[in-house]
Amino acid sequence: MPYALCFLLFVIGLYCAVVKKNMVKIVIGIMVMEYAVNLFLIMLGYRFGGKAPIVVEEDIVGAGGQLSSLFINSSVDPLPQALVLTAIVISLGSLALMISICIRTYERYGTFDITEIRRLKG
Amino acid sequence: MSVPLPVFVAIPLVTAFLLPIFGKKGKNAATVLANLATISLLVLAVASIGRTGVYEIGKWPIPLGINLVLDGLSSLLLLAIGVVSTAAMLFSVRYMEQYTAKSKYLSLFMLMVAGMNGVVLSGDIFNLFVFLEIASLASYALVGFGCEHEELEASFKYMVLGSIGSIFVLFAVALVYGNTGSLNMAYISKAIASGGLNAGLGFALALFIAGFGLKAALVPFHAWLPDAHPSAPAPISAMLSGVLIKALGVYALARIVFNVFGITVQLGWLLTVLGILSMVTGAFLAIGQWDIKRLMAYSSISQLGYVVLGLGLGGLIIARGQNLAWASLAILGGLFHLVNHAVYKSLLFLTSGSIQMATGTRDLKQMGGLAEKMPVTRATCTVASASVAGIPPFSGFWSKLILVFAAIQAGFYWVAAIIVFVSLCTLIMYLKVQRYAFLGELPENLQQTKESRGSMLVAMVFLACLCVLMGLLLVPALRCNILEPAVKVLTDGVSYSANVIGM
Repeated sequence: MPYALCFLLFVIGLYCAVVKKNMVKIVIGIMVMEYAVNLFLIMLGYRFGGKAPIVVEEDIVGAGGQLSSLFINSSVDPLPQALVLTAIVISLGSLALMISICIRTYERYGTFDITEIRRLKG
Repeated sequence: MSVPLPVFVAIPLVTAFLLPIFGKKGKNAATVLANLATISLLVLAVASIGRTGVYEIGKWPIPLGINLVLDGLSSLLLLAIGVVSTAAMLFSVRYMEQYTAKSKYLSLFMLMVAGMNGVVLSGDIFNLFVFLEIASLASYALVGFGCEHEELEASFKYMVLGSIGSIFVLFAVALVYGNTGSLNMAYISKAIASGGLNAGLGFALALFIAGFGLKAALVPFHAWLPDAHPSAPAPISAMLSGVLIKALGVYALARIVFNVFGITVQLGWLLTVLGILSMVTGAFLAIGQWDIKRLMAYSSISQLGYVVLGLGLGGLIIARGQNLAWASLAILGGLFHLVNHAVYKSLLFLTSGSIQMATGTRDLKQMGGLAEKMPVTRATCTVASASVAGIPPFSGFWSKLILVFAAIQAGFYWVAAIIVFVSLCTLIMYLKVQRYAFLGELPENLQQTKESRGSMLVAMVFLACLCVLMGLLLVPALRCNILEPAVKVLTDGVSYSANVIGM
């Protein structure tokens, strides 16, 4: 169920990016898609009632340094969180570039409406 | 001695962040440094030919850490990126003097090269996405570099479609991680080979094809290319058409489809159909264009169709279990065409830049009679046009010939017919360029036109020589070292994982 809602968010973002006429709204749509994917990544690694995957002394059982099955079964997967951090940084960069292009375009054309910004065709 | 793989990413990345320090006063020093960087990358790419290797970043063993993989296909792409970026950088020395903020341009250029080299070398699927974003972000900014009406509009359009493509790729990466528990391409491939495709992985594959298809501008996804490529400064058009759509689109697609998921009959058909659609649509749309760079951009779509068609045919033959030699021939044709296209299309865009700088227009109707005024530009443009149209001694002919042979041997006679037909359309569109730009009457206002000088000529002549000599890549000694290993990577398919883990 949460996955379905997450996918719905993705589709809403895609719809917004494809259908809207205002440049800023298109950018917002793209960012909603980006966040939906980030949310999906986080959910992949999440466990209800899980705990942070940091090994403390009582998690180590046996002489060889093996981890207890309790630790393995209850800790959250940290890798997707690292991926999401990277993805957020990248989307911040692209958001900044997109917004600055929007501002520059507004300076030139005096409008955000993409149906009026049509010099290129053919 | 093995080639240290991180250097391919480190050199352009470090240069990219050094260049803005020079600012306005040290513009010449910055230019020299950037040129040194691209030339050293070319030398390294040549040195990496025929070598293979896996590099584990930070000495983390493979499934835990990120790895870089050099194999035949990667070194072929590295070579193409090296050649085109060296030529484009030489060309920009003079060409970019008309813009302000040259050192920022050089910095973005190097960032794009770093991203492309990273995509080509990465053996980790998330790392591939990161490098893909580095290269695309730099290219969005470069397309809008002029900050005029058309440039901004094209850049925004490119950016929206490119971002959607990137998000599709990220979503697919997440799905793959959720279903296989690994981000390493070799381990994913192993997991898929043993576990088979489930619904999630099938959806991920569809997202990968759509995402990389958007980056490669295959026909249903091509809307941004004819706007973005002409709006960029000429050397950037050369980089975008020459290597960016190939490294980010076709290479990544081929790697995922052939080496990670494994080719099937349906996927082979899909690639073949996408290729044919791109070839035919691109060619028809190109013939009607009057803007010289727009015409070349549409022709890029058409030529990229040949590459994808070659890969698709090869995959189809492999998946059906027919003769592997035919499959190798089709893939060889596709990859050879990829390299050829990198060289002649970047040359064509450089000549168009030279014309634009001299005459101040891109409209074919306002040109004419430039043959006398710009002899070198004319000669190099003719060589490139002959090459793209497939006139015998030039490079384009050989790759198309191989594709036709492969199609006929595998029994796809209609595909062979389409290849020849599109080739004729290509000939028509480049005859149009020759006729309207270089022959005929010289208009009054262009009497003072001067040939471009210095590094711009060097770059164009260098690429023109390559166009003539590229046919030699089919000589056995060179073919065995450069093309055959790349073909073998794709025909081997999912045994890629065994090669990487075993190395």
